[in-house]
Amino acid sequence: MNPFQYSKAKSADAAINGYMEHDNTAYLAGGTNLVDRIRRDVTHPDYLIDVSELPFSKIEKIEGGLRLGAMASNSDTADDENVKNDYPIVSEAILLGATDQLRNKATNGGNLMQRTRCSYYMSPHFACNKREPGSGCDAIDGHNRILSVLGTSEKCIASYPSDMCTALAALDAVVQIQTPNGGKRSLPLVDFRRLPGDSPEIDTNLKEGELITSIDLPESSKAFAKASHYLKVRDRHSYAFALVSVAAALVMENNMIKDARMALGSVAAKPWRDQEAEAMFIGKKPSRELFEKIAEKTMEGAKGYGENDFKIELGKRAIVKAFMKVAGLS
Amino acid sequence: MDKIEEKELWPEEKSLMKAEISRRKFITSATLAALGLAMTPYATLAAAPSNKPVNFASFVEINTTINGQNMKMKLDPRTSLLDLLREQLGLTGSKKGCNQGACGACTVHMGKDRINSCLTLAAQIDGKEVTTIEGIGSETEFHPIQVAFMEHDGYQCGYCTPGQIMSAIKVLEEDHAGSDAEIREWMSGNICRCGAYKGIVEAVKSVRDETYDKKLIKRTQQKVS
Repeated sequence: MNPFQYSKAKSADAAINGYMEHDNTAYLAGGTNLVDRIRRDVTHPDYLIDVSELPFSKIEKIEGGLRLGAMASNSDTADDENVKNDYPIVSEAILLGATDQLRNKATNGGNLMQRTRCSYYMSPHFACNKREPGSGCDAIDGHNRILSVLGTSEKCIASYPSDMCTALAALDAVVQIQTPNGGKRSLPLVDFRRLPGDSPEIDTNLKEGELITSIDLPESSKAFAKASHYLKVRDRHSYAFALVSVAAALVMENNMIKDARMALGSVAAKPWRDQEAEAMFIGKKPSRELFEKIAEKTMEGAKGYGENDFKIELGKRAIVKAFMKVAGLS
Repeated sequence: MDKIEEKELWPEEKSLMKAEISRRKFITSATLAALGLAMTPYATLAAAPSNKPVNFASFVEINTTINGQNMKMKLDPRTSLLDLLREQLGLTGSKKGCNQGACGACTVHMGKDRINSCLTLAAQIDGKEVTTIEGIGSETEFHPIQVAFMEHDGYQCGYCTPGQIMSAIKVLEEDHAGSDAEIREWMSGNICRCGAYKGIVEAVKSVRDETYDKKLIKRTQQKVS
C-alpha cells in the first residue's frame, strides 16, 4: 500500500482548505470503497482528509422535503422513520445493497462517490481508461457480464452499482455541495454522475475540492410513497451487486396513471432515467402491454458487448415485473 | 503453448503479454482461463512495491478504547483496524479472510454497530469504542451465543466463527432474528466456506428463544496462557 498522510477535518471549511492545499488528495468518509481501492493500488492518494466526523450526519425535515446528511450512514438512513414512510424505495434499495457491516460504515455522500466494480478497473495490471486515461479498455472484449449496456462509449463500458442512488434518482433527489470559495451549489442527483464519453476517468460533475454536504428529497416525491417498488436482480439472493435494478414508482388517480418515475441501476455509468419513457405512462391505464411498450422504448438504444447481452432482455423484463407489482397486477 | 495467436486470447491475457510478465505467470493465468476459472485478475498479483519510504512524522496519534481498555498509540495511517488488532495488540480472534469486506471474518463492534475491521483505517477509531470477540463473555462465563454455536455446531473449521458471533450478537440485539429467512438475510455478510449455515441459524434461534443449554455458560476449561 502506498504511504499516505491522514488528517481528520474539524470543519467543512478546514476539509476543503486542506484539499486545496495538498496535491493528490482524497476525502475519506466510511472508507468501504476507498480503502479497498487504495489497498489494491487502484487509487493512490498522497493525502487523506477524513470528513466522517463533520456535522452532516443528521436526517432532518427541511422546508420542501427531507435532508439526508452526507455523513449519515446508509444504515441510519434506511432505518429513519421519515425515509421509510415518505420515500420507502430509498430504504428498500439501501437494505438490498451490501451487508449490515458495510451499511453501518458507508455514508450517503460516499455512496455517490462509489466507483465501478468493473474487474478491469479494479486491477492495475489491465488496460482501463477510467483508471489510467488512454491505456485502453480490456472490458469491451473481455468478461463484461456485469457492465453497462446503456450510455457506453468506445472508451468505457463501466457500470455504476449503487442501489441507493438508483432510488434517489427516481425520486428527483438533489445533491447539496459546498465549494472551495465558500459558496454552495446544488445538482440534481440524476446529473451528478457522468456518462463515460471521451473522459471516463471523471465519474462525477463535482469540481476539484468540492464537498457533498447532503442529499435532499423533495416534498413532491412523497406522492410516490403509496405505489413504489425497488426490484433488484442479482446472481444470489443476498449480498451481491445488481445485474439490473429498477426503481419504479407511480401516482394513481381513478385507475389511471397520473405520474410515474423509473430509474434503472447497474446498466449504465449513472442511474438511468428516460423522461420520454416516463411520459408514456401518463394518463394511461396500467397494463402488461403498456409496461412492455415502455420497456422496449427504454432499452431501445442499448448495446451489448458479448457477455452482457442478456442485460438488455433482462432490463426489459425487470421493468415490466417492477411496474406490474407497483400497479398491483402481479 | 509457445506460439499463441493473439485473437485466441482474452484481453487480460494480451495485457499480461504487453506487461511482459514472466512466461511462467502468463501460463498460469492462461491455464486458469482454460480451466474456466473466473479470472478475478486483481486477486492474484500483489501490488508493486512503493519506492517511497514511510514518513514517521506522518504517523497518526489516536486515543481509543478496545475491549474496555483505554489506550493511546501512534500509527502508520495505512494500518487497518484488523491489522492493528492482530499484529500489534495480540488480539488474533478477529480473522483476516478476504481483506476486502466480502467475507465478514473480521467483524467487530464499533460503538453501537458491527463493522468490517479490514476496511476500517485504525486512524478512524480515534475517540471510539471497539469490541472484539475477545471482549465477548468473560473469563468465567461464555456469552450465550458462544454456547449456542457449540451446541448447534455453528461451525466446522471455526475460522469464520468470531465474525459470525460478532454479527449474531447484533442481529439479535437489533431484532432481525424474526424468521429463518430474516436471520439468513442479516447474517449474509458472514461467509462460511464449511457451509455451517444451518447450525448458525439454529444457534441464533436458540438464543432468541432462550432454549440454549444454560448449564454450558460456565467456562470450566483452563485458560491457556
